[in-house]
Amino acid sequence: MDNITEFEPKIVAFVCNWCTYAGADLTGTSRLKYATNFKIIRFPCTGRIDYMLLLKAFAEGADGIIVSGCHPNDCHYTSGNFHARRRWVVFRGLLDFFGIDVRRICFSWVSAAEGGKWADLVNSTVAEIRELGAYKEYQKVAGYLEKEECNE
Amino acid sequence: MEKRYISKEGLNKWFNQIIQSDKRLFAPVQKGEKVEFKRVKSFEEVASDYIQTTQSIKRVAFPRAEVLFSYKKEEKETTLQDFNPDTVPETVLWKIHPCDAAGFIPLTGIFNWDYKDKLYNARLAKTTMVSFSCQKSDNSCFCTSVNGGPGNTAGSDIQITLLPDGGALAEILTPKGEALVTLAPECFEAEREIKKEDYLADVPVRFNVKELTGKLASSFDSPVWKQQSERCLGCGACAFVCPTCACFDIQEDAKGSTGRRIRCWDSCGFSMFTLHTSGHNPRQQQSQRWRQRILHKFSYMPERIHELGCTGCGRCSRACPVDMNILEHLTSIAQQSHE
Amino acid sequence: MNKLIEKATSLLQEGVVTKVIGYEEGTEKPRPFFCEKAEDTSKLIYNSRCINNLAVYLTKPELLGTGKVAVVATLPTLRSIVQLAFENQLKEDKLVILTVTDSEEVIEFAGFAEIETYLKDFKLKIDQKEQDLIDKLEGMSKEERWTFWVEELSQCFKCYACRAACPMCYCTRCVVEVNCPQWVQPWASPLGNIEWQINRAMHLAGRCTGCGSCAEACPVGIPIDLLTRKMMEDLGEEFGVVPGQPNKNGNVLSTFKPEDKENFIR
Repeated sequence: MDNITEFEPKIVAFVCNWCTYAGADLTGTSRLKYATNFKIIRFPCTGRIDYMLLLKAFAEGADGIIVSGCHPNDCHYTSGNFHARRRWVVFRGLLDFFGIDVRRICFSWVSAAEGGKWADLVNSTVAEIRELGAYKEYQKVAGYLEKEECNE
Repeated sequence: MEKRYISKEGLNKWFNQIIQSDKRLFAPVQKGEKVEFKRVKSFEEVASDYIQTTQSIKRVAFPRAEVLFSYKKEEKETTLQDFNPDTVPETVLWKIHPCDAAGFIPLTGIFNWDYKDKLYNARLAKTTMVSFSCQKSDNSCFCTSVNGGPGNTAGSDIQITLLPDGGALAEILTPKGEALVTLAPECFEAEREIKKEDYLADVPVRFNVKELTGKLASSFDSPVWKQQSERCLGCGACAFVCPTCACFDIQEDAKGSTGRRIRCWDSCGFSMFTLHTSGHNPRQQQSQRWRQRILHKFSYMPERIHELGCTGCGRCSRACPVDMNILEHLTSIAQQSHE
Repeated sequence: MNKLIEKATSLLQEGVVTKVIGYEEGTEKPRPFFCEKAEDTSKLIYNSRCINNLAVYLTKPELLGTGKVAVVATLPTLRSIVQLAFENQLKEDKLVILTVTDSEEVIEFAGFAEIETYLKDFKLKIDQKEQDLIDKLEGMSKEERWTFWVEELSQCFKCYACRAACPMCYCTRCVVEVNCPQWVQPWASPLGNIEWQINRAMHLAGRCTGCGSCAEACPVGIPIDLLTRKMMEDLGEEFGVVPGQPNKNGNVLSTFKPEDKENFIR
């Protein structure tokens, strides 16, 4: 008997209110079925997303992260997403240098009209993370309090 | 106190017996240019040619971060999980210096002053200290100026003095030491005629600690504190590498209905160390914090718990990014003429 | 050294400055020296062993006092001074900035703009040993890099010497001292230490001038300057950031261009 349950990734999605969140609403009202293993956190703008929150998500057990907002030039607050874009370029480079798996963080622009894109994005991210497996290396270190535990 | 001789092979054999027992062993290990205490599993890992480790080994009794208790709230029930002393593993400290072993004495004094700290005491009770007397020292060492010395046995359970033939004089000082010897009693031969002082480093006395304490008693308003502390950056390096510094902070690691209360290291050199909730900070300037450090170790502690708060290991001076050489500062205070 | 000592002596004797911040010989290497009396200026030294970044003292009002202060600046210190001036942390009329050239001539700068011009002739060079280590790390797989940094940073005991020695870390209340919300755990733990370094590197993005004081100050020898230097390299490539030559439009993370490029946003 096959007792192995398939690994269901835990995804946290940081999205902006005006575009991606509305886009996700549209996915729902359009009755599109898509993966449900993500939790959405709504921000007024991607410019408001503090990069430390992404690390907190991993530390709390997330296996993957989605960060999504308005397309460049369409930001509800004019330039929030431009600042976010620069921040992510720098942050992603730094994380990669640390050896943190940046393939697990999916950045995208999803507008309020792109209900289909949101569904596809979530589905493909879930599939990719399922491939990569649980983010055990990170969660293991998150559990260490003293460095002795780490060296044992 | 018992004196025995142990050969080079005997030391190796006894070491391996300790490793094979259920005790965890910490020893100095070379890491790049620095030497640090690490958990070791073989004799070869132990560092040999160095003066001092960067950090002390106080973390076996006073860890960098430890859980005081944890709690979980489910519906109306809250379960509390207290510190369990049975979870403390048996530990052996191998090849610590006499200044390290002596450092636990003021620490024990602080943690048993007005309240008996059960975590510290439980950890210390399970720790056996095998110190090796010092054959060399450098300009930052000043154990002999603070009632210590390269062959001082205070705080040690066993002291090993290495001899030119590779063997050693073993002084078995306490019941804990005796218990450790029973792991390989055949390695400990009858005592030989060994004059310990011949094999110790020469650490000149740099200042008279009684004179220093006397001068400090009337130095609170002296301009020396500002002069000495101008370059101090206010980091915690000196406090954290020190074997006797015991300042700690208590923090919550809480997530919704579960959490744990954690005690972690703190430093009186940090600018917010004495910041009150009201916003008032009695030690707002670095000079006041530097004064606190010196007075605490050399004036208040001797007064309150009758122990000096310094063993002269010199780690603070070596670790300081701006060379706040404590020996230099203390010598200058001790040599000041009374105004 | 004579010209430096002469200059410092005259500045103090004429009452132009109340103190000269420079270097004196320390226990094993040079250390910062606050010279307030003309007769002490003979202790001033200046050579390649002077590595502390003295700009860190220029943002401490209790040290500067009310008068003018002179600072004997090495090239890394000069770059930090330019960056600090750009961030409005320094008052030009309260400082006398000196440097010593290779031919032992003393230069007194008329102002921050002059320092910026002077620095254009001295491009920041990364030490070969550090470049090798950065290259080695970049050549590793990400799992190996993660293991490396977890191993290194589990040594860190959060003394914040890196922060204390960095001239750019002048916040009176650092992010780690904020507990509503608590971004960085106060206690030392492997992941907490990594989060602290990530935060520190991000706060230094575009501001770090590559002096290496952070790694030099670290008592346990963690090569944290690799993080800020790698970031400096990347920012140089992506956005043209040059240490010691701040972009007049603003810091790299507080500005943007609509045409900024990236290759990972879907």
